[in-house]
Amino acid sequence: MKKEILKLRDVKVYFPVKAGVFNRTVGHVMAVDGVDLDIYRGEVLGLAGESGCGKTTLGKAILRLVEPTNGEVTYVSKEDDETELTSLEKKDMDPFRKKLQIVFQDPHSSLNPSFTIFGSLQDPLKKFGVNSKEERRKIIGDLLEAVNMRREYMDRYPHEFSGGQRQRIGIVRALCLDPELIVCDEAVSALDVSIQAQVLQLLMQLKKDNNLTYLFITHDLSVTEYLCDRIAVMYLGRIVELCDSEDLYKNTLHPYSEALISAIPVADLDKKTKRIVLEGDVPSPVNPPKGCPFHPRCPKAKDICKTEVPTLKKYSTNGNEHYASCHLIDLPEIS
Amino acid sequence: MVKTSLDRKFDQIKKREEEKSFSIKKRSRIVSKFLNNRLAVVGLIIFTIIILASLFAPLLSPYDPMRVDLRSMRQAPSFDHWFGTDSTGRDVFTRVLFGGRVSIFIGLGSAILSAVVGIAVGCYAGYKGGWIDVIALRISEIFMSFPQIILVLLLVSITGQSLFNLMAIFILTGWGGMYRLARARMLSLREEEYVQALRSFGLSTFTICYKHMLPNALSPIMVNITLSTAMFILTEAGLSFLGLGVPLNIPTWGNILNVAQDILILQNYWWMWGPVGLVISVFVLCVNFIGDGLRDSTDPSQQG
Repeated sequence: MKKEILKLRDVKVYFPVKAGVFNRTVGHVMAVDGVDLDIYRGEVLGLAGESGCGKTTLGKAILRLVEPTNGEVTYVSKEDDETELTSLEKKDMDPFRKKLQIVFQDPHSSLNPSFTIFGSLQDPLKKFGVNSKEERRKIIGDLLEAVNMRREYMDRYPHEFSGGQRQRIGIVRALCLDPELIVCDEAVSALDVSIQAQVLQLLMQLKKDNNLTYLFITHDLSVTEYLCDRIAVMYLGRIVELCDSEDLYKNTLHPYSEALISAIPVADLDKKTKRIVLEGDVPSPVNPPKGCPFHPRCPKAKDICKTEVPTLKKYSTNGNEHYASCHLIDLPEIS
Repeated sequence: MVKTSLDRKFDQIKKREEEKSFSIKKRSRIVSKFLNNRLAVVGLIIFTIIILASLFAPLLSPYDPMRVDLRSMRQAPSFDHWFGTDSTGRDVFTRVLFGGRVSIFIGLGSAILSAVVGIAVGCYAGYKGGWIDVIALRISEIFMSFPQIILVLLLVSITGQSLFNLMAIFILTGWGGMYRLARARMLSLREEEYVQALRSFGLSTFTICYKHMLPNALSPIMVNITLSTAMFILTEAGLSFLGLGVPLNIPTWGNILNVAQDILILQNYWWMWGPVGLVISVFVLCVNFIGDGLRDSTDPSQQG
């Protein structure tokens, strides 16, 4: 039986747009616009979408690095105790900060250049009650070895490491408090392909060893295919399709996902794929189009798409749950 | 195969490594980088000499900087009076030494204290943002837009001339610049991912901004401290001339230099203003060298 670790309900993150002499709020960037999502314990959930669709903001909102404007983020512990995180005081957040961690995209800005690795990793440990220095060194040393690096590296400075090594140190930082859920925010996008594979394998190994759950944010659907159990596709701050990763590739329901998948390069000369080229840019999240947010770029758009906003509906493909928000799906909806 | 000198060097390193006698120096990285910068080291040496000479002035000179000796007025430099004597027969060398105490104290002291205030406010407000930042920014603008001279006049007329009033005014008018510098650095640093990571651990604001972010913001501030030290020393000289700074009977570099306002002295008695002007220039230059050295050694983006 699948058990949730995190439940998102109608999460919205709006950033005010200010203008004029008096700095009045003239509008909002709707970075995340009403996301409902369950993350199950032990799974790898991919969150895909193009730049600016709100993937990273959603990831940060879970950790409250960005305060959600609206909605609930509920953490479910192993003992089934539910805690709503967004309404907690900053101080009360601490026990959950231990459980939820993040690995960042840019390995060059994710480590403090003025401190050694040990220097920048020891403060979180200190805060969560690892008081002796030897113990802190032991924890960090062990983790460094777990990511295939040498213990002694903890006394080096970030500029002495390569991008892949830095990213692994970023993973060590996320792991040092023994978390349950790690948000991997484009964790491998900045690395070159051979290192990407290495780091991905490492992530999978660590997941097995530590019973982790990943929310894997990426714009690269070729990575998610092999990695994720389920994939959520985001467009303009909303989830447009959510299903098992296999179904996303075989039984694509949403035209946007179709376009994304058709863009994955295939290393097969004989295989002719029909590339769906989307016209134009992502519409401005300040002023999203009426009706379906995707209709101005959708190759299949009909009249209904221009007026009515589709909701995320449940379908069934291959006997699995499959959510999509599109007016043009001709499968029977499951309640 | 012919061994080049580089090969030999490498062999030596290898040998030492094998003997495990190759110990990595336990000196801090910043210190060793600073010591590698020759100009900065020279600056530091001269800086130290000038400061020590001022501190131990009574040991270096037999004269009293305040004592008027009308029999030896306006004497040219000699073995008895290295820098000659001034219009009232006081030994200029002694006055330069004693003047250094006050001038350096005012210059360095005001620069460092205003930096401390500016950094303390700037780091916190820059990191936190929001209304704290807005208020701090407006306050600093008020202080920076206030004419220094009027502030000095005001304080002098209320409390009388004194060294500490002068310093207080320097700090009041000087912290704004430091604050803006620190704030600007913090604004860009707070978006760095390592700061986000620290926040995701829920570390306190103080730990994040003063311990983890401040070292990365320090290098432009170092340079600014040295520049404002020089500026404060010069401002002190100017204010002293107007009779608003340090009381004229206390020797400061500015007070000594002010005799050069007299065209007669400027033309005929070079020793009354020449040496002290040189000392001011050398000192300011040294402080700037040290500042450059500190900037390079503390700048984390220049490591390697």
